[in-house]
Amino acid sequence: MSTPYAKLPGWADYGLIPIVNLLVAFLVAGVVVLLVGENPLSAAVILIDGAFGNGQNIAYTLYYATNFIFTGLAVAVAFHSGLFNIGGEGQAYIAGLGVALVCLTFDAILPWWLTFPLAIVAAAAVGALWALIPAYLQAKRGSHIVITTIMFNFIAASAMVYLLVDVLKPAGSMAPQTRDFLDGAQLPKMGWLLESLGLAVRSAPLNISFLLALLMAFAVWVLIWRTKLGYEMRTFGFSPKAARYAGISESRIIVVAMMISGGLAGMMALNPIMGDQHRVALDFVAGAGFVGIAVALMGRSHPAGIVPAAILFGVLYQGGAELAFEMPNISRDMIVIIQGLVILFAGALEHMFRAPIQAVFASFSPRSVGVAAPKGEGA
Amino acid sequence: MEFVGIMLQIFDATIRVSVPLLLACLAGLYSERAGVFDIGLEGKMLAGAFAGASAAAVSGSAWIGLAAAVLTAVFFALVHGFASITHRGNQIVSGVAINFIAAGSTIILGQAWFQQGGRTPSLSGEARFGAITLPGADALRDMPVLGPIYSELISGHSLLVYVAFLMVPFTWWVLFRTRFGLRLRAVGENPAAVDTAGISVAWLRYRAVIFTGVLSGLAGAYLSIAQNAGFVKDMTAGKGFIALAALIFAKWKPVPAMFACLLFGFLEAASIRFQGLPWPVIGRVPVQLINALPFILTVILLAGFIGKAIPPRAGGVPYVKER
Repeated sequence: MSTPYAKLPGWADYGLIPIVNLLVAFLVAGVVVLLVGENPLSAAVILIDGAFGNGQNIAYTLYYATNFIFTGLAVAVAFHSGLFNIGGEGQAYIAGLGVALVCLTFDAILPWWLTFPLAIVAAAAVGALWALIPAYLQAKRGSHIVITTIMFNFIAASAMVYLLVDVLKPAGSMAPQTRDFLDGAQLPKMGWLLESLGLAVRSAPLNISFLLALLMAFAVWVLIWRTKLGYEMRTFGFSPKAARYAGISESRIIVVAMMISGGLAGMMALNPIMGDQHRVALDFVAGAGFVGIAVALMGRSHPAGIVPAAILFGVLYQGGAELAFEMPNISRDMIVIIQGLVILFAGALEHMFRAPIQAVFASFSPRSVGVAAPKGEGA
Repeated sequence: MEFVGIMLQIFDATIRVSVPLLLACLAGLYSERAGVFDIGLEGKMLAGAFAGASAAAVSGSAWIGLAAAVLTAVFFALVHGFASITHRGNQIVSGVAINFIAAGSTIILGQAWFQQGGRTPSLSGEARFGAITLPGADALRDMPVLGPIYSELISGHSLLVYVAFLMVPFTWWVLFRTRFGLRLRAVGENPAAVDTAGISVAWLRYRAVIFTGVLSGLAGAYLSIAQNAGFVKDMTAGKGFIALAALIFAKWKPVPAMFACLLFGFLEAASIRFQGLPWPVIGRVPVQLINALPFILTVILLAGFIGKAIPPRAGGVPYVKER
């Protein structure tokens, strides 16, 4: 096991290995399906049909994918700077507060296309501020960012419960949620996109924050690979020592990267709040912040990988909901298992299949796998 | 006298809610002292609680339940070890994965096996660890001061409570008075030195991780077959992370770990007792603030404002033998 990881051709590194990892994750998930006495193959058929079977299902799939693009990008930006932001869940949750304040203030006065930009700024700002404290503590006081962001998830959850139960809840209402937003804070649906292809969408909540998510994916690509800041972030992530030697300020990169990451996670709040529920309710994030970890790992922290990975998880969420109807023994929690397995095989065990795959490649053409390749991918 | 009664009740509740924290905290202590970060304590506890309650429900024996809980948690600990020791994967990622796998599979399997919406059947009699009355508890009940403390507070808990508190001196002894403990601490600080001395870093870390599995299995078993009468979905509810917070709060030392867990347990017990009521001295406090307090305190500690928490130096870093 002590041979260095040699360089594989790009398509194997970024295509084959993630697919092998994913297949193993699904195989193990299939074993769980067998354990509960159902047929994994027919489960897979129902799942795919539930995700793509008709226009409404596709729209739901993309609606869920929107959440995961935001949180996946958030985790990826931090990854590039060598930071693990496990706090996307809390940053998105607390960002709901920013969205709520904008929507509750302006929904009767402004049209949606003025409320939306304000809400984007508010969501990103609150998410970024929630990430700023752990970032500052890491940069200046050396507290481990993983631990502080975990703690901040719990603090955010407690704070939001308090705010929704004691502050934001309208008088006389029992449910711990804000009042329903008026038209000025409801995002237009995007069903027309699929309807123009001849698909019936009905009431699926796919809305224009999907476009915002794609825009952000592009913006993250520009940031990481086409700007000076992105270069500095990657340098710092690759080798903090080299970055320090090159005069890159460590604290600045940690704080800026985490605030961008928190801002992206915060924008996730727009999709369910303004696009679907039209109010802020308890636990509206529903684990999307954690799914972002799986999405970023599967997408190898590249926007071009994150968008498909997010859609895959959208498929699992939407298809999983349909599956729960058809197979009573399988509930949506099956997705949580698959998510865990993807994180395990695509993240923690990502090198497990690398050595055998390299051996196979080496047996075909020894030259393509020059063992001590100088440009070896370090991380 | 009524005040004393209330305080006794709260302290009694404190002991009961502290025990799963303490067991999980000591579990994390072994792993992290050996240089393997473990944020999967929550998942291992949950899996242990589920396996324990399931096995106890099917077999009718608390001991078989306990064994199942420990074996399941050790299995998950070995998965963590396999990923982070053998394959040098990211320890945080692996811990996150274990938490999700445990959270999902306990619900899916629980529903498939028992059809009670993720619960396991209610346990009673031999299938649970009941309260143990210590010798002389009844006789001493009427003695002033010490009587109630002995009979209410110290006596009358389940076996696992006493095991948990005995694990504190035991862990101290293992870590600071045995050769294994010295090596375990060394491997968390400077694995290369241990390797040079001809001791296998991987095997030492695997043993530490197995200890972690055993203790987190005990924590899970306590939740589902001693404190409660069965498994409820997501029954750990963040206790694994509070234990992690306590571990940092205690600066990775066993005796302070016990006090940290008792402190966090006290906060929980008192917040349940005073729910919706004004607290003595400070007045009305939102219950959410009390729930968040362990996390807030840990962040303040991590920030270095109340002493400095320095983790084991090699923590989180996979060991690569020199090539």
